[in-house]
Amino acid sequence: MKVAIASGKGGTGKTTLATNLAIMLSRAGEKVAYLDCDVEEPNGHIFLKPNIEKRETVYLPVPVVDQDKCISCRKCEEICQYNAIACMGKKTLVFQELCHACGGCYLVCPTNAISETDREVGVVEDGHAGPVGFAHGKLKIGEALSPPLVKAVKQRASDGFTVLDAPPGTSCPAVETIMDADLVLLVTEPTPFGLNDLKLAVDMARQVGSLFVVVVNRSDIGDDKTRKYCDQQRIEVLAEIPNDRRVAVCYSTGGLPIDGVPGYADYLLPIVERILGGAR
Amino acid sequence: MKELVVISGKGGTGKTSIVASFATIAQKKVLVDCDVDAADLHLVLAPRILSRNVFIGGRETRVLPGHCTACGKCEEICRFDAIRFDGPGNGIVPKTFRIDPLACEGCGVCAHFCAENAIESKPSQNGEWFVSETRHGPMVHARLYSAEENSGKLATLVRNEAKKLAEEKSLDLIIIDGAPGIGCPVIASVTGADFVLIVTEPTLSGKHDLERVFELTKYFGIKSAICVNKFDLNIEMTEAIDAFAKDNGAKVLGRIRYDSAVTKAQVMGASVVEYTSGAVANEIKALWRNVVYEMA
Repeated sequence: MKVAIASGKGGTGKTTLATNLAIMLSRAGEKVAYLDCDVEEPNGHIFLKPNIEKRETVYLPVPVVDQDKCISCRKCEEICQYNAIACMGKKTLVFQELCHACGGCYLVCPTNAISETDREVGVVEDGHAGPVGFAHGKLKIGEALSPPLVKAVKQRASDGFTVLDAPPGTSCPAVETIMDADLVLLVTEPTPFGLNDLKLAVDMARQVGSLFVVVVNRSDIGDDKTRKYCDQQRIEVLAEIPNDRRVAVCYSTGGLPIDGVPGYADYLLPIVERILGGAR
Repeated sequence: MKELVVISGKGGTGKTSIVASFATIAQKKVLVDCDVDAADLHLVLAPRILSRNVFIGGRETRVLPGHCTACGKCEEICRFDAIRFDGPGNGIVPKTFRIDPLACEGCGVCAHFCAENAIESKPSQNGEWFVSETRHGPMVHARLYSAEENSGKLATLVRNEAKKLAEEKSLDLIIIDGAPGIGCPVIASVTGADFVLIVTEPTLSGKHDLERVFELTKYFGIKSAICVNKFDLNIEMTEAIDAFAKDNGAKVLGRIRYDSAVTKAQVMGASVVEYTSGAVANEIKALWRNVVYEMA
């Protein structure tokens, strides 16, 4: 069973929830993998402190042009939707960082002047945090395209439970993360920013066709509009976790609040029960 | 004209609250929200939309089932695993191919190579962008539709529109609220900008993400400085961030305390400096003065 933890807004507590849930599921005797799909800013390792056992570089195929074979027909330029290849006089130039690796130019070139080479997009690191399987991706600095790396991380799913920690937002990398999840937890906080971005995340989850529930973090700050929105939209609020400075302090030093803050785990129990129930 | 971009690496460190306060303090500027897939600045600045424009960013590609002969060429060449073999039958074949719009990146390669011309690929509307007026001056912002791509393209578009607007109105500053992360929309928000302010928080995650986003600004050769929000949450970590800045030749331009007034201001639809004149507001004002000084 795959559970994705997502949110429109950043900093609502996705990683805190995902790492603590992974450990709680594991302590319940289940086989668990935690996959950090926020490849731009992965933080799960700070809390789970895994032993990294394997490191794999992920590449995308990008074009190189053999100028001797190129006849400047511009077919590559025409098929490319990303402005990543252009004929300038007699030379055809590739702008690697714009390339999405669709292979169009390579396929369309009538003189076989285009071959493909590898562009590094990042690395996937694999390991264990105690019994919990762990993997995260690290996007190379300066690289714009994160979905291919998210895909590579997701290949590490467990045959037991897989917790997918999504990046913030509602565009391609978040969609890639939640795409085949059996349950999506949308984490929010009851503030105007939190609610606005929750609505966007709900739109995303509905469009993807995910089964989703809401978790309200720092539930006693802000106002009651988030609760009203969920009631009105008939969206289930599976858990509400009150604001607690001790949790924030524990988080700041890389601690797990289920171990560092008495009573915290109780708030997560309904989520753990739902996940375990959902698998049966 | 100067372009100031506020980013953070990690989400939820307080970018938008700080930008809204800057909007209150700064004179003669255009405001921009480049966090196009989870924009929030409008919630504080309450823009009155003057012009609404469609954003055509990608391509919508679909198989016309009546023409598909199920040859499988599209499936073979698609690099994004977006082709499914579960489309309706059409009298010639019992099943046709179908394109999963969520997996499709809109490259159009399948449409180009389909021998039956059975694939249609046309420009699609992925969002909207707006030019607005706020109580603190003009604002350019956008909304990327949910589950859409091309956030970078849209971020670039709103930045360019803001530049045009600033020129028209002879305004010499553009303040940009950026997206979290270090990927596509962030790169589109910072490339070519004059100054980047990185808002971080004193947590291991905040520091880790600051290091990556700082490296990104270095990679693109953009001058950047740091602000530690909620600095009193963990003083040791705040000092560790100071040390990181020092080691890397970056300046920490401000420390802002953790204060529930920040959330209360948001609930009231006000910026922090509009809502309170307390210590937290003074810290933001001091930060702004330092930013102006550093940017000059």
